[in-house]
Amino acid sequence: MRRIFQRDRHGEPSSVPDDLWQRCPRCRQLNYVKELERQLKVCPKCGHHLRLRARERLTMLLDAGTFVEEHEAIRSADPLGFVSAGQRYQDRLAESRAETDLPEAAICGRGTLEDRPVRLAVCDFAFLGASMGSAVGEKITRCAERSAADKRPLLLVSASGGARMHEGIYSLMQMAKTVAAVQRLGAAGVPYLSLLTDPTTGGVTASFAALGDVILAEPGALIGFAGPRVIEQITKQKLPAGAQSAEFLLQHGMIDRVVPRAELRPLLGRLLRLYAAGRRAALGPPADCRQEALAIRSNGARLP
Amino acid sequence: MRLPLAPRPAEPSAWERVQLARHPQRPYTLDYLRLLCAEFVELHGDRRYGDDPALIGGLASLDGRTIMVLGQQKGRDTQENVVRRFGMARPEGYRKALRLMRHAERFGLPVVTLVDTPGADPTLQAEERGQAWAIAENLAEMATLEVPIVAAIIGEGGSGGALAIGMGDRVLMLENAIYSVVSPEGCASILWKDAARAAEAAEAMQVTAPDLWRHGIVDAVVPEPPGGAHADPQTAAANLGAALAEHLSALEARYGQPGGWDAPALVADRFARYRRIGAFVEDDFA
Repeated sequence: MRRIFQRDRHGEPSSVPDDLWQRCPRCRQLNYVKELERQLKVCPKCGHHLRLRARERLTMLLDAGTFVEEHEAIRSADPLGFVSAGQRYQDRLAESRAETDLPEAAICGRGTLEDRPVRLAVCDFAFLGASMGSAVGEKITRCAERSAADKRPLLLVSASGGARMHEGIYSLMQMAKTVAAVQRLGAAGVPYLSLLTDPTTGGVTASFAALGDVILAEPGALIGFAGPRVIEQITKQKLPAGAQSAEFLLQHGMIDRVVPRAELRPLLGRLLRLYAAGRRAALGPPADCRQEALAIRSNGARLP
Repeated sequence: MRLPLAPRPAEPSAWERVQLARHPQRPYTLDYLRLLCAEFVELHGDRRYGDDPALIGGLASLDGRTIMVLGQQKGRDTQENVVRRFGMARPEGYRKALRLMRHAERFGLPVVTLVDTPGADPTLQAEERGQAWAIAENLAEMATLEVPIVAAIIGEGGSGGALAIGMGDRVLMLENAIYSVVSPEGCASILWKDAARAAEAAEAMQVTAPDLWRHGIVDAVVPEPPGGAHADPQTAAANLGAALAEHLSALEARYGQPGGWDAPALVADRFARYRRIGAFVEDDFA
């Protein structure tokens, strides 16, 4: 898992012990790993937000010990019998599962955030570039459906390098499926918060990620429909610095806020409290939401 | 309208179909409208930013019915493609489509979309005007639109830019059209770092109409004349017109009500159509 963070973009051989020091991919300075972790993997020297793994994100956002994973058994099938460079897609998936210790490119479940019930799904770029195939599409859809049923606000933490090409048209159709599901969630009056992380591109941006009632993004995150390389290839022009960044999208009115990582949890807490005190939510979420959160807090249980 | 069970010996390969779908003489949206519609009044602009000639729309008369028609429009030559950008729509194009879908809903008109695009416009201008947002908002609208939608892939169905007007109660596909999540060249260059292996990628991704029919993604394959639609546009248009009429009639029979549509049933069935699409397993094996 650590390997992902330590991949050196410039291919410079690391001359220091891997587990103590880590080079910031942006400013190239060395950081003490323990300090970097204390800073939620934001470079203390330049403020660069390093990519987080899905489980790190869950730990960072949720109240300790409240996460209950849902739909963990869902895995992509291989509808096309896809083979790439002599490797079957099923074998590629098995390899990714072993490498990342994740069942698929998104994990989802429920928990509490500053004592407010929330359901969330987190995409992990380390799993096949967080591409959306049938499993990710089904998990996002079910999260939205469950939240519509139990009125638990939904937080989707997006990242994606694009489509899961190995699943062909099934991958494309997940855009339609997930959008229809978050539409129904909106109709049920349940808030959907969308958090865009580096990088969020392609079909994920152009489907559920763009439809949050509130859309937040981390500083410097690359966000767009077409990836920067595609744009440069097609237009034969170098993109200006900062094009397709979170700040660029804020400026163009596409997202609500750019939020430094350390401020995310408090802000999400404030938003959840505001919706909970709103007129529609005040009509009452089903009791089990509150009871479960209370139960989890009172006995401090560490759920699986 | 039904495919033969066994492939005919002379079936073109996936790559040959890609070439037919992109043939420079292939009929485009306006060609079909000219051949099929007694009336077509084009409506312009998204009322927010501009008008996009890469995606056209308007009121049309098809087989005696008034419909709202939308479609990407490729240019026939370089000069025309300067404005039509090979049918690659920008956010203002998708937002015009959104406006016209809502217009159709207000007057109870069925929506017919003709999909023919390599993909959504991949430029910085499109990005800064919210290309991803425009596409997502169209999908959201089509998921809940209270009039029937029949989509037909007539040439290239390129990724999210195609789906952005391609969700429907019925999805039809011309025999030599293609529909895929990424272009064969894009797939080959991402997976194998070699765009020249596009033919292989087209086979592997199963992008042809018979493939998509087999996977249950399209409801019907519309036959093309021998040699492809460009060899005999009149016949291609007649076949497309007959298929559209057949499916519009079926939707009218099922959801039509005096003065309108059974919207709850229509929207619920459309939701179910997309809800079931996915190839996954769910078991305790970890």
